[in-house]
Amino acid sequence: MKALLYVISFLGLALTVVPAFLVFAGAIPWETHATLMFAGTVAWFVTAPFWMHTGSPDAPANPAP
Amino acid sequence: MPSFRTLAERLDAINEFDREPVSEDRLQGPGSFIGLYAGEHVAGTEFVIGPLFVAHGVAAADLFLGLLVGNLLAVLSWAFICAPIATRTRLNLYWKLRKIAGPNLLFLYNIVNALMFCFLAGAMISVAATAVGIPFDMAMPQLSDLYPNSAGWVVTVLLVGAVVTVLAILGFEKIAHFSKVASPWMFLVFVACGVAVLPQLGVHTIGDFWQVASEKIWTGVPMEGRVKFTFWHVTFFAWFCNMAMHIGMADMTILRYARKWTYGFASAFGMYLGHYIAWIASGILVALALQIGHEVAPGPIAYLGAGLAGLVAVLIAGWTTANPTIYRAGLAMQTITPNWKRWKVTLAVGVITTVAALFPALMMRLLDFVALYGLLLMPMGAVIFADFWLLPKLGLRQDYAEWKQLLFSWPAALAWFVTLGACLLLNLAGGVEIFFLGLPGWFIAVALYVGLSLLQQRRAAATAAVTTAPSPEPALGERP
Repeated sequence: MKALLYVISFLGLALTVVPAFLVFAGAIPWETHATLMFAGTVAWFVTAPFWMHTGSPDAPANPAP
Repeated sequence: MPSFRTLAERLDAINEFDREPVSEDRLQGPGSFIGLYAGEHVAGTEFVIGPLFVAHGVAAADLFLGLLVGNLLAVLSWAFICAPIATRTRLNLYWKLRKIAGPNLLFLYNIVNALMFCFLAGAMISVAATAVGIPFDMAMPQLSDLYPNSAGWVVTVLLVGAVVTVLAILGFEKIAHFSKVASPWMFLVFVACGVAVLPQLGVHTIGDFWQVASEKIWTGVPMEGRVKFTFWHVTFFAWFCNMAMHIGMADMTILRYARKWTYGFASAFGMYLGHYIAWIASGILVALALQIGHEVAPGPIAYLGAGLAGLVAVLIAGWTTANPTIYRAGLAMQTITPNWKRWKVTLAVGVITTVAALFPALMMRLLDFVALYGLLLMPMGAVIFADFWLLPKLGLRQDYAEWKQLLFSWPAALAWFVTLGACLLLNLAGGVEIFFLGLPGWFIAVALYVGLSLLQQRRAAATAAVTTAPSPEPALGERP
């Protein structure tokens, strides 16, 4: 189950960034990139919180510009 | 009127779990710091800072080289100034400063810090509002807008401010977790936005990039009413936009968990992903917006690059940055209102923040605000540096306020106030722009603190020698 979550999460990240390079290469139109990117966003946020380790120094980060 | 002693007790009560040095078993490896810095510096502000460089007419070569050098200087400041003291003391800024400056001066520092946090969170609420307003066809603030420009803007900001405040009250930790989950995705959104719009600017191969960058994006021509930025402006801004965190020592709070001081170099991941790539990407977006006559606020430019995902990114970036900022401001403000519940303090901070967010000036003049924010807090970091490294070399006692049980250290206070006065003078009389004041300011603060400490400790030693001749005060530098 966890492996499936990993796969979907990384597929989501790939969908977020790869279509932009395809637009740059002239392989897909901007509209397709926007749609795929949104799908990637949904895939990432639906799966990543279940496996992603967010452990870090105990203190919350300083708000930084 | 509350006594000074009571104020000190309130501060201590809030930080009760942080007063001890971090224990060996809670130290963290380098991975934690890489993730933390990368996440912290790919945030909502990046949607504003990149476009402001374009507005200030930075030339392409000045931008790329200035960011390279400035970010390197920032990383070195974290690694060589903040991290060594953090890993040797294992204390956060609060407790270290308390020992040096006394609790009452620390109280004042906390209040200034809290107000700065409110304004920073306000800018982030403004950023988020530019994304929320798009579906409602809200009139977006322009780069030159200082005051609320429409009723729609006011309503949207109030709505976003209310939601951010309520969520900060309900659960800071869950949102902090969410913020970390969003980090890797957010960075990729910046990259994707920048790359996807390049063909619309005329970049069809990598070879086209530099010519388009120089002629259409970072043209070297500032917008009307903006000061022209040079290589030096970019370098100093990149170096000092996090001045409060590195030479101001606020990141002792984080780096005290580092096994080695060299983990300060992990800040490079925040600088070069967030303050290099993300700033360049958002600059590309705003150049396209200006070229096609599109609105230039963060929401619209992100939509231009990534559609709906871009709007989500602006909303999340603004919200997740505003949330910890409101939380931190609430902690500091609680020292003024000790009998209030945490939710009441957070609510009060949220109201102040939301009112500040109504003014687009905070977002559209973010470069100046960020420079001021760092400058106001930096002198106390210089005081910590001087107290830790220089005082022992001069035979003077470190942490003098704690040793003498002083509530207020006048050398630290004067180092802070006189430095700020000198910076103001350099700005008004010398015409030195705010971005450049941090460097002379740091040396002024160090010199003042060392000189005044020498005066204070020599005088105290002389007085003690006269009044208690049979059992003199211990020699300078010697613990009782």
